Amino acid sequence: MSDRNRRARNARTVEAVMKVVTGACVALVVGAAVLILGKIVISGIPGISLEFLFSKPGMGMRAGGIFPIIVGTLMLVTLTAVLVLPLGIMAGIYLAEYAPKNIVTRIVRLSIANMAGVPSIVYGLFGLAVFVLLMQFGKSLLASALTLTCLTLPVIITSTEEALRQIPSDLRQAALALGATRWRAIYKVILPAAAPGIVTGSILGLSRAAGETAPILVTGAAFFLPRLPDSVFSQYMSLPYHLYVLATQVPNVPPEITWGTAFVLVAGVSIVSMIAGAWRSVQRRKVKW
Amino acid sequence: MVMSAALEEVTMEAPLRLVEPVRIGAASAEKVSGSFALKDVSVAYGNETVIAGVNMLVPSRAVTALIGPSGCGKSTLLRCLNRMNDEIGNVRVGGAVTLDGLDIYQKSVDPVDLRMRVGQVFQRPNPFPMSIYDNVAFGPRTQGVRKREELDAIIEAALRDAALWDEVKNHLKKHAFELSGGQQQRLCIARALATKPEVLLMDEPASALDPISTQQIEDTIAELKDMVTIVIVTHNMQQAARISDQTAFMLRESMDQPAHLVEVGETKRLFTNPDDKRTESYITGRFG
Repeated sequence: MSDRNRRARNARTVEAVMKVVTGACVALVVGAAVLILGKIVISGIPGISLEFLFSKPGMGMRAGGIFPIIVGTLMLVTLTAVLVLPLGIMAGIYLAEYAPKNIVTRIVRLSIANMAGVPSIVYGLFGLAVFVLLMQFGKSLLASALTLTCLTLPVIITSTEEALRQIPSDLRQAALALGATRWRAIYKVILPAAAPGIVTGSILGLSRAAGETAPILVTGAAFFLPRLPDSVFSQYMSLPYHLYVLATQVPNVPPEITWGTAFVLVAGVSIVSMIAGAWRSVQRRKVKW
Repeated sequence: MVMSAALEEVTMEAPLRLVEPVRIGAASAEKVSGSFALKDVSVAYGNETVIAGVNMLVPSRAVTALIGPSGCGKSTLLRCLNRMNDEIGNVRVGGAVTLDGLDIYQKSVDPVDLRMRVGQVFQRPNPFPMSIYDNVAFGPRTQGVRKREELDAIIEAALRDAALWDEVKNHLKKHAFELSGGQQQRLCIARALATKPEVLLMDEPASALDPISTQQIEDTIAELKDMVTIVIVTHNMQQAARISDQTAFMLRESMDQPAHLVEVGETKRLFTNPDDKRTESYITGRFG
């Protein structure tokens, strides 16, 4: 009896300790995130003005704004999205809905998972070799967007596949039993139901693309350009690379310019995430299983 | 009933003479169709044969109930009739299944076309996450119906046939998930009817529902059998006795051997005077 009591007491102690330990880990993570974001917001906000957002950099990037840098980033991310979303979502649909369960499919899936782990500078070198040199796109928006497409493809494919797999198979069966082809069942029923998950994955992937420095550094981002890119074969300026330049390559940059640039990058990504999040919760309220 | 007498002496070679006369009010030349003949049907998952040697007729415009203990292959046999087993990998169907004389497993038959003729209602209500209207419109739209008035007419007819129209006629734009479980299942019946099938397969359609909803589903089935052939899998013997014209009793006697059809016949006769001892044991509740 006393033995059982002791065991019960031990279990309660372990329970209490584990609750505190796991909670402390969360507090640490949240604390770090708050610290980073807090620093960016506090140091960045003073640099933000309409002039900062809508004018060109001046005085060797030590004054003026970041308009061409914002535009370059938007163009790069848009072009990447146009390339990667159809490709990645279609591939995810194939893997979730059509692929036979065999060794080849397993190898394909494993390769995609491994692609996600390749360091981004390796993608950069690949892009330099293939898109810039071999395909002769030169250092350009197109070469960078193609490189970022390779980089984000695994995220998009995997999240699409996961989102599709979470849709109850009842719905597939119901559509097929009504004489729908596989594609019609996917297009009309499965895909709309999985859209919130797919959008989340896409935003995540594109946010990563927007913040990457290494791959664009070697495939097309410019140190300084006095004009906006006029075609997909132009070089461009971009927020993450500009940030790197301000932080390490140009002496005596006023801190509000560096931190203001960081703030714009973080705020841009956050705003897109929040819009997607709001849309998703509206969808969720409409669709319950 | 003429049907039962015919069923008992019919051999598979005999012509199908089980159809009832043409519906009153139907176009004069309308052919009554939607009868199945199963000849030596077997089903295997990989190397394991789970059903073997099923011979039976499913008469047109009548309710056929498949009964038997859990795991006896009722649902698997049901899914042979619209080739939904094709969607599960590694399933082989042997023997012949013919729908109005057409071998539905021959190469030239596209399962997609077959499923427009043979609809299915599932165990759990599974409406699509869209409006009531769009749920019912899914089948007709798949078939290429685009005109608004035509769709409206089909949808109203299907919802009326499924005894749901009066409850939803003012809420067709509402999301299907706002309906109760029983209403959702009747919506699924309407959705299946909207493709104008000749046969409706029902896999324990009331097993997830409360008694009142079950009653409504049974009433609906009674109304529908003048329009479509119904094959229903049920665990509930009283239900089979209440709603079906013909009953087939399946049994898997041990895990070493495949399930088989013990007895098939007119429901009234099968429940009062079964031919087989095992049928008698099952319907009197001695096992299963």
